[in-house]
Amino acid sequence: MQKIMVCIKRVVDYNVRIRVKPDGSGVMLDGVKMSVNPFDEIALEEALRIKERGSNIEVLAVSIGVADTQQQLRTALAMGADRAILVQTDAVVEPLAAAQTFLALAKKENPDLILLGKQAIDDDANQTGQMLAALWDRPQATYASKIEITAGKAAVTREVDTGLETIEVDLPAVVTVDLRLNEPRYVKLPDIMKAKKKPLDVTSLDALGISAAPSLKTVKTEPPAQRQKGVMVKDVAELVDALKKKGLI
Amino acid sequence: MNKILIVGEHDGKSLNPATAKCVTCAKGMQDAEITIALLGADTSAVAAQAAALAGVSSVLRVDRPENLHPLAAVFAPQLAALAADYSHVFGPSTSFGKDLMPRVAALLGVGQVSDLMAVESAYRFRRPIYAGNAIVTVEADSARKLIATVRVASFQAAPSGGSAAVESKSLSVSLPTHTRYVGAKSGSTDRPDLQTARRVVSGGRALGSAENFKLLFGLADKLGAAVGASRAAVDAGYAPNEMQVGQTGKIISPEMYIAIGISGAIQHLTGIKDARTIVAINKDGEAPIFEVADIGLVADLFQAVPELEKLLGT
Repeated sequence: MQKIMVCIKRVVDYNVRIRVKPDGSGVMLDGVKMSVNPFDEIALEEALRIKERGSNIEVLAVSIGVADTQQQLRTALAMGADRAILVQTDAVVEPLAAAQTFLALAKKENPDLILLGKQAIDDDANQTGQMLAALWDRPQATYASKIEITAGKAAVTREVDTGLETIEVDLPAVVTVDLRLNEPRYVKLPDIMKAKKKPLDVTSLDALGISAAPSLKTVKTEPPAQRQKGVMVKDVAELVDALKKKGLI
Repeated sequence: MNKILIVGEHDGKSLNPATAKCVTCAKGMQDAEITIALLGADTSAVAAQAAALAGVSSVLRVDRPENLHPLAAVFAPQLAALAADYSHVFGPSTSFGKDLMPRVAALLGVGQVSDLMAVESAYRFRRPIYAGNAIVTVEADSARKLIATVRVASFQAAPSGGSAAVESKSLSVSLPTHTRYVGAKSGSTDRPDLQTARRVVSGGRALGSAENFKLLFGLADKLGAAVGASRAAVDAGYAPNEMQVGQTGKIISPEMYIAIGISGAIQHLTGIKDARTIVAINKDGEAPIFEVADIGLVADLFQAVPELEKLLGT
């Protein structure tokens, strides 16, 4: 194993309360805190742990997004990535175009393993890793809660609806990570200083020959339907009565 | 005419109810002709179940030994080949469908619409984003094949009563060997399946330990309910991952959801929004779960749960 590529998305921080614009044109993004997608942070942490167990492994963090995405890549570098590449664009990049972009980078960089989050917490699409694996014609192991690397292979335990499933994939492969794989480290101040000197290259979709023309048109964005406020009961006996009245028991 | 291919989910013995929910979603389009594709080592038993779903016009069986376990890398090229004759390919938003469908879409060179929650027309749908904090209406290009996953909690299962034709297909598609199934560990249980149960009893971090979490099992059994858990309870090791309900766990729509010692983080609420009735028992009267609960009880769960179990009788 020589190189691990980690794909990172800049998203609205997961603690931000999302509000829909009154005109239905989208969600309010002005001035909100942006962060590394939490699942991608777990992917990066896993890459760093594999690096720390092995030797001479380079961890490359890549992203697609607006110029300010450099902030999230600097965070990745501060966590311990060796270098970073930003494919800078103001366009809306759908999962297929993101996968095509990461494929172009993979072809240049030839990583042994590509790690990324199972989904981004903005569009919740849960597509990019699988699409990248398909386009790369390589194995995919999604929803990883454990990754064991041996010579040329990875055994990946996956969180599936029925419990846990283990599959073995030949490397290179794409692995998308789930919540319980690890707990990402905190970044320390000296690491932030050090990260400023690490290489961060900026390229463009054009330079990689990618068209980001969207295939989906978003017609409108609405807040979800609200549930009616219910009743409070004062004890278990009243609770049972209320359930009976609703015909639930 | 919209020709819709639904990728059936099964374990070789029974068809997962998610498939019948995809059928209902597909029926929401005008002029829908619905086919279910079943890949497996031997799909004879599940093909009969699929053929009996009302509204399905045909069932395609692709039986080969490599299809014993549903590996996306093995299934996707076969589905991409089958997709040639269809305008739409749907799969369920289960771990099976979420893993598989984007790989199929990429092989076909098209995008995917994830988590359809409502069908407005054959190419116009509603889907949740930001953990369900916003709902978008999206329109896809009708000139291209449409690949989608169906948010199963948004649809009722199609009833039986159909009698679709069953056809065996042999595909000359070469399959990769770079991905191999090793094994599975599932919490085998006699309780109803969490994703399709009519009643669910769910516990949170307030249970305090794996031992205490078992307190819910008696109540669940008395109600004939499935057992769920919040992310906090799963992270703490009180409950296994397959019990997790929420944005990154299972999205469910039972008739009754009883949340016990669950504070109600937004990511958890995403998973239970479609429950008909939400009951919450929590010590903290300010817990956000009470904002969405139809019936709320501020109480110590360690007293309330045994008492509730007792009052429910036999």
